[in-house]
Amino acid sequence: MEGLSRRGLGRAALAAAITVPATVPATARAQTAPSGPPIRIGYSMSLSGGLAGNGRPALIAHRIWQEDVNAKGGLLGRPVELVHYDDQSTGAQVPGIYTKLIDVDKVDLVISGYATAIIAPAMPIVMQRNMTFVSLFGTGANNDFKYDRYFSINPAGSKVKETFAKGFIDLAMAMEPRPRSIALVNLDSDFHQRTAESARYLAREAGLRIVYDRAYPPSTVDFSPIIRAVQAARPDVVFVGSYPPDTAGLLRAASELRVNFQMFGGPMIGPHITAQKLQLGPILNNLVVWDVYAPEPTLQFPGTQALIEKYQPVAAREGTDALGHYVPPLAYAQMQVLEQAVKRVGRIDQAALAADMHASTFETVIGPLKFDALGEWTEERNLYTQYQGVQGNGIDQFRKAGTQVILYPQRYKSGDLRKPYTAGA
Amino acid sequence: MDPDLALLLNGIVSGLLLGGLYAAAAAGLSISFGMLDVVNIAHPAFMVLGALLVALLWGATGIDPLILSVLLTPAFWALGAAIYVVYHHFFERRGDEAIQGLAFFFGVMFIIEVGLVLAIGPEQHFADAAYAGITWRLGEIDLPLRMLVPALVAFAAIGGLALFLRRSFTGRAIAAVAQDREALRLLAIDPVRIKRLAFGISIAMAALAGGALVVVQPVDAWSGHVFIGRVFAVVIMGGLSSLGGCVLAALAFGVVENVTASFYGPSWSPAVAFGCLLLVLAIRPQGFFGRVA
Repeated sequence: MEGLSRRGLGRAALAAAITVPATVPATARAQTAPSGPPIRIGYSMSLSGGLAGNGRPALIAHRIWQEDVNAKGGLLGRPVELVHYDDQSTGAQVPGIYTKLIDVDKVDLVISGYATAIIAPAMPIVMQRNMTFVSLFGTGANNDFKYDRYFSINPAGSKVKETFAKGFIDLAMAMEPRPRSIALVNLDSDFHQRTAESARYLAREAGLRIVYDRAYPPSTVDFSPIIRAVQAARPDVVFVGSYPPDTAGLLRAASELRVNFQMFGGPMIGPHITAQKLQLGPILNNLVVWDVYAPEPTLQFPGTQALIEKYQPVAAREGTDALGHYVPPLAYAQMQVLEQAVKRVGRIDQAALAADMHASTFETVIGPLKFDALGEWTEERNLYTQYQGVQGNGIDQFRKAGTQVILYPQRYKSGDLRKPYTAGA
Repeated sequence: MDPDLALLLNGIVSGLLLGGLYAAAAAGLSISFGMLDVVNIAHPAFMVLGALLVALLWGATGIDPLILSVLLTPAFWALGAAIYVVYHHFFERRGDEAIQGLAFFFGVMFIIEVGLVLAIGPEQHFADAAYAGITWRLGEIDLPLRMLVPALVAFAAIGGLALFLRRSFTGRAIAAVAQDREALRLLAIDPVRIKRLAFGISIAMAALAGGALVVVQPVDAWSGHVFIGRVFAVVIMGGLSSLGGCVLAALAFGVVENVTASFYGPSWSPAVAFGCLLLVLAIRPQGFFGRVA
């Protein structure tokens, strides 16, 4: 071992003087409290009105992200502040909110609230101000605008017609015996019209005969005539697109009318919310449901479980969705995309942020994401899951793997399709 | 049985059961709007308030939701009476009940909805009655108890209310107050007191309707919006102050909706049902049981 001379010590001291400021302060910065003026992120969020059931869990996920990022030194060394206003689930409130956020509050970054009905009204304001915009659960919101600074946190991808119902139809066509007919039922809403169009298109491609194809209005109270008419058409499989109150009504009616279909389900938004899982219980068994997340071992990414564990106590305190499997992971990922882009760019520059988002892959709690020219995911990830072995109405069974298995896509598959669907009979 | 005939019979039966729910929702409004001339647009919101309270109490006690709704009726009566005192003092007494009164009840509706969200959250709440999963079969006709029991309770309550209005002195005074309040004064009856009592009864009926609603479907703070148009249509079609007409109109509304949904698709249901309302009003402007002025 070479002995240390005075010259050697002097060199070492000089080297330390040069290298320490370059390395140690960087580490120290990440661990010390953020300082300086906050980076303000503005958005509208549905905290009252029909969308609040998902808006409130999204806000909790955002707050968890804010705590996480501030605990790690903030963004660019500055603390992060969330500036949000309740849009009351009304699209008409949204343009005013974004005008105030950008022109009066002078926020640095904007993101969207929950769902297409809230995202679309924000687009003209955001586009006029050339802001980069990361949205949450918007389906085809940028199809007409074609805004190059729009980025969507929604697994549907940009080719909804060709891909949305592919998992459902592929699963149906893999059954033995192969089905020959299908019934399509959907709520008369923008999202469900698009999903039904996908099912219609792919069913025809697969050679399935469509024996029932009707939409129902949002004001429907009794769903038994719909289920009875579907039964009378004698389809092998049934594709349904519905929102929570209707989903409960449709599944209750299916149970009362003793349905027996080889496969039943689709984008039936409802069991995604914990209260409805608990209410329906065994009626969910063998129901095939489109989803964005399920607590299966095949769908775990860094941070997913930690987020869920942080979310659930807060949700219990605030009396909102208990499990948080539906919106919170995507809402957290929405913020991670913004965080990673800002860190890479190193400054708040809307054009540079958008360029980075188009060019980069993002590591998030819902897995790696990459955006295409329209800002949708380059690789759609419509999950088709099936509830299996649900017993009673306890919540703990929904926390563990095996209750909501993933059937599609193959890369996340965690179980096999069970049939028929008999609504718990 | 011929499949189309089975579909038709089931459409009629399920429509009658649905009509029971509509009758429960509309009976209280038939008193406030039909008899007292108080345009209580917040009536469905009171129904939802009742439904959510029933859901919370059911979660805490496990008692049948319909029994809980009956137990809530005194509190709702008191709430209704108190609201009428405010309405009378600030609007009716001054003769401002037309537009300002309507705005007042719009305000009450929004306060109830936002208050419910702040107090218990925006999520759906439910109450599972023990019989909710049972369906009786009569040949090819299905009778789900989830719909049948609330309908029967609603009919019983409306029947009792009709008897009270027809047989008791106070009930007759309620029926009379809308026709000639000055004549009531000649009988030494205070019309304001009678209207306060009657408005309380109408809100108590909303609590019963809430119990029926939460047995039929999960409920959130805005579930009442779906019923606003329907309950006013039912009360107008029935002839404003007639409880019998209200029940008949509610049943007709339910049957038209469900038979249309069965054969022509659910998208046509509201259009056909409200089209029938227009037809009734064109042929018989006073409604089924209304008197010609």
